[in-house]
Amino acid sequence: MSSASTTPPSVDKVDGFSRKSVRKAKQKRSQSSSQFRSQGKPIELTPLPLLKDVSAQEQPELFLKKLQQCCAVFDFMDTLSDLKMKEYKRSTLNELVDYVTVSRGYLTEQAYPEVVKMVSYNIFRTLPPSDSNEFDPEEDEPTLEASWPHLQLVYEFFIRFLESQEFQPSIAKKYIDQKFVLQLLELFDSEDPRERDYLKTVLHRIYGKFLGLRAFIRKQINNIFLRFVYETEHFNGVAELLEILGSIINGFALPLKAEHKQFLVKVLIPLHTVRSLSLFHAQLAYCIVQFLEKDPALTEPVIRGLLKFWPKTCSQKEVMYLGELEEILDVIEPTQFVKIQEPLFKQISKCVSSPHFQVAERALYYWNNEYIMSLIEENSNVILPIMFTSLYRISKEHWNPAIVALVYNVLKAFMEMNSTLFDELTSTYKSDRQREKKKEKEREELWKRLEDLELKRSLQSDGIIPT
Amino acid sequence: MAGADSDDSLYPIAVLIDELRNEDVQLRLNSIKKLSTIALALGVERTRTELLPFLTDTIYDEDEVLLALAEQLGNFTMLVGGPEYVHCLLPPLESLATVEETVVRDKAVESLRKISHEHSPVDLEVHFEPLVKRLASGDWFTSRTSACGLFSVCYPRVSSTVKAEIRQHFRTLCSDDTPMVRRAAASKLGEFAKVLELEYVKSDIISLFTALASDEQDSVRLLAVEAGVSIATLLPQEDLEALVMPTLRQAAEDKSWRVRYMVADKFSDLQKAVGPEITKNDLVPAFQNLLKDCEAEVRAAAANKVKEFCENLPEDSRETIIMTHILPCVKELVSDTNQHVKSALASVIMGLSTILGKDNTIEHLLPLFLAQLKDECPEVRLNIISNLDCVNEVIGIRQLSQSLLPAIVELAEDAKWRVRLAIIEYMPLLAGQLGVEFFDEKLNSLCMAWLVDHVYAIREAATCNLMKLVEKFGAEWAQNTIVPKVLGMANDPNYLHRMTTLFCINALSEVCGQEITTKHMLPVVFKMSNDQVANVRFNVAKSLQKIGPVLDSNCLQTEVKPVLEKLASDQDMDVKYFAQEAISGRIKKMKRNRK
Repeated sequence: MSSASTTPPSVDKVDGFSRKSVRKAKQKRSQSSSQFRSQGKPIELTPLPLLKDVSAQEQPELFLKKLQQCCAVFDFMDTLSDLKMKEYKRSTLNELVDYVTVSRGYLTEQAYPEVVKMVSYNIFRTLPPSDSNEFDPEEDEPTLEASWPHLQLVYEFFIRFLESQEFQPSIAKKYIDQKFVLQLLELFDSEDPRERDYLKTVLHRIYGKFLGLRAFIRKQINNIFLRFVYETEHFNGVAELLEILGSIINGFALPLKAEHKQFLVKVLIPLHTVRSLSLFHAQLAYCIVQFLEKDPALTEPVIRGLLKFWPKTCSQKEVMYLGELEEILDVIEPTQFVKIQEPLFKQISKCVSSPHFQVAERALYYWNNEYIMSLIEENSNVILPIMFTSLYRISKEHWNPAIVALVYNVLKAFMEMNSTLFDELTSTYKSDRQREKKKEKEREELWKRLEDLELKRSLQSDGIIPT
Repeated sequence: MAGADSDDSLYPIAVLIDELRNEDVQLRLNSIKKLSTIALALGVERTRTELLPFLTDTIYDEDEVLLALAEQLGNFTMLVGGPEYVHCLLPPLESLATVEETVVRDKAVESLRKISHEHSPVDLEVHFEPLVKRLASGDWFTSRTSACGLFSVCYPRVSSTVKAEIRQHFRTLCSDDTPMVRRAAASKLGEFAKVLELEYVKSDIISLFTALASDEQDSVRLLAVEAGVSIATLLPQEDLEALVMPTLRQAAEDKSWRVRYMVADKFSDLQKAVGPEITKNDLVPAFQNLLKDCEAEVRAAAANKVKEFCENLPEDSRETIIMTHILPCVKELVSDTNQHVKSALASVIMGLSTILGKDNTIEHLLPLFLAQLKDECPEVRLNIISNLDCVNEVIGIRQLSQSLLPAIVELAEDAKWRVRLAIIEYMPLLAGQLGVEFFDEKLNSLCMAWLVDHVYAIREAATCNLMKLVEKFGAEWAQNTIVPKVLGMANDPNYLHRMTTLFCINALSEVCGQEITTKHMLPVVFKMSNDQVANVRFNVAKSLQKIGPVLDSNCLQTEVKPVLEKLASDQDMDVKYFAQEAISGRIKKMKRNRK
């Protein structure tokens, strides 16, 4: 027939599926910014003397010239073009990095706009479309920024500039303004983790030094998160922004402003609903706990929020929620605990009886936590009745022997805590089940009667049965 | 309805509300989904005075429940007593229109829009419009985004003072400081423009459009593009150049690829909206630029529009424009570096042949088709093959058949089974266009090879393909060419191939008719009832049930029934089960026939 029958089939032919491992072996992709590229025209930069080779008076002038030269942006997707000039810019940037680190008296007022301009020209760009629509940061290699050899140095330079002892925010704020920050925040969507890491430091420095921009930065981060949660579900820099927020929250003054509480309830809690939660959950949970340590009265709305958004189908996320809840319980005040124990343990009771053993196991581990144990003990008269049915049932039915063993321990603990209540619940277990069944039956009958009524009405209105 | 009151005692509101408050979300959801039943049980009066206030108060719930509620309330007009009372539904919907979850809010807005039409003009001003204003000036962004979707439904039916207020509110939202609200406003701008008087379109809408189209966020700018298309349709030709074109031109060259993508994606609508003159002067160069864009996403979106754009060019200059401006770009796209671009082009390029006619097609397009047929990416080749019918009408498929064959053969043996599956689906079409001789000579062996593919989905599709081929070429052709080969596989050492014989028989018996089935297929099926693999045996039972209707009743009684009975006492329980199924299924059918 065809040639395929004579030559041995390739691996791919035997099994039509391409394996993840095969895909992974693919080379790291790189991508350049999505800009109209200057087509064809080579960029010419006239080499300048080194800063250290000129007199101190001449240095500020030369510094400005070098900054202007570094505004030229090269096309790194074309690996062969402008090689010499690329190298020249790289060495100039290196020189500038060293210069701002060690020199004194270089920062004239004229330098500020030039620095900001050079940084803006290089880092602000429209990010290119993601290569795959369903970019899965856990599986796929990130697309790396092709112009990184220059970009990294520009970031490095900017950070040294911001951290320099001579740096004066009062002058810089004319140039590092809201528009600048807005563009900076948009870059957090970069797929390149190296870039996001630099951005994190830059934003942190700006937040620290420009008091006038703080509220604006927080608000814009709010907007990014809300868009991420409710509109696109796509933003690469959520973890980095949360990390910055973690330390911002740490610095909030007490009592907390309404704005901050709103941020917690309306932005941070809904962030838990996003599909890619696993990528930033650690940072998110840290922020939440920071808030609760500041103001324990927020515990109730936070836990109620988590319960409202509790995952219905994703067991992996459920495990994350349980982990976060334990972190919260670790710092909870007993007075707060009493307020939410009922809805909380109703959920835990559901988790304990989850057929997914990791969920059940994670929930049952709470009973290994001494502090949580002590809270449960104090309130066993409320918690035991909520937990009992699930525990009793799974102790007989769960498929996983490890879970059954854990459940026995929990039951034993409860028995020791409050043996009278435990015995009572054991003896009424059967009749309680029957009562529930009866109630269920009544519900069904009610609905049946309601549906008959609806049917009758619709027949009436159709004129089939005369009224 | 007099009956309503007498039912009250049966259904005390407390019981019903308990259902809506049930601890189990699933039960609560079920109850909300049957909210109309509950309302019916309560009667219109108590629905208004008791049920709706309860619903308004308990708005804090799972989003899924709220979504169901928002949907239900859109259909509640009759249950609260008709249009006269429809405004009772506004309070709960207003709360729902402020929740965070987008789907809930959108549904609430949808329901509000729906019931707005049931308001009398007076009620609209007294109840509905104040609600819109409240939402528009809400603290949290959610209510303001919802308001954006409500202006256009009340504007046409209110007094001119209220109209002025509505315009003012819309203007405010267009410059809201949260981008979420500006996005909502931008996405409703076109719709709002449609209900405005032309003078206000020119005075208000244009400035809003210009502002949104140069917003600092590209997510806002791109939404303005769509609005621009709607606005362009509303304006008289002479105003277009001054009022919308500068902004649209700027959008086509926006620094963000997302905005340019949007322009490319809406290009045909834009073309229709601005008319032939502007198309010739402005859109043609803009389209060329989009086809040459540096971002593949944009090129692909533009490539998708090539055919439509060319089709809608003014007739007097169509051919010249295509030949001198568009075709050179298209030629470049054929060898684009990005496969999505090429495959987008391949899905429409064949359509150009009807526009350009026979000679141009042969001279200019054919080389492109042939190049794409040899493209390294299977999707590109598939897209060409799946659109062969357009070319067939213009130049006949023969021109292509020399290149077509290697392309088909290669796709048929592609390593990815999804590609193989796709090409199988075009086989009947190809067979029809290439004719029976060409098919027998070149393609038949491929169709047979698929029957022994190692992926089940391919074998299954191949079976179905055979049936369609027989429908095209007739039973006699089937008997001579494919039936012998299919039946030959019954002796294959691989049981999967033997089962394929049965599956083919299932598919072919009806199109081949009683004679072929009884004479050629049935004996093979009978023989296979002794197969040593149980899966084959129970598939024999299933096959016999399937082909039963084709056979005559005598044959069923004397030949089929004994075989099934034997299988019904097989030692394998699955075989037994399916044999019994077949017997009882057959009996039912016979009974039905007798009736």
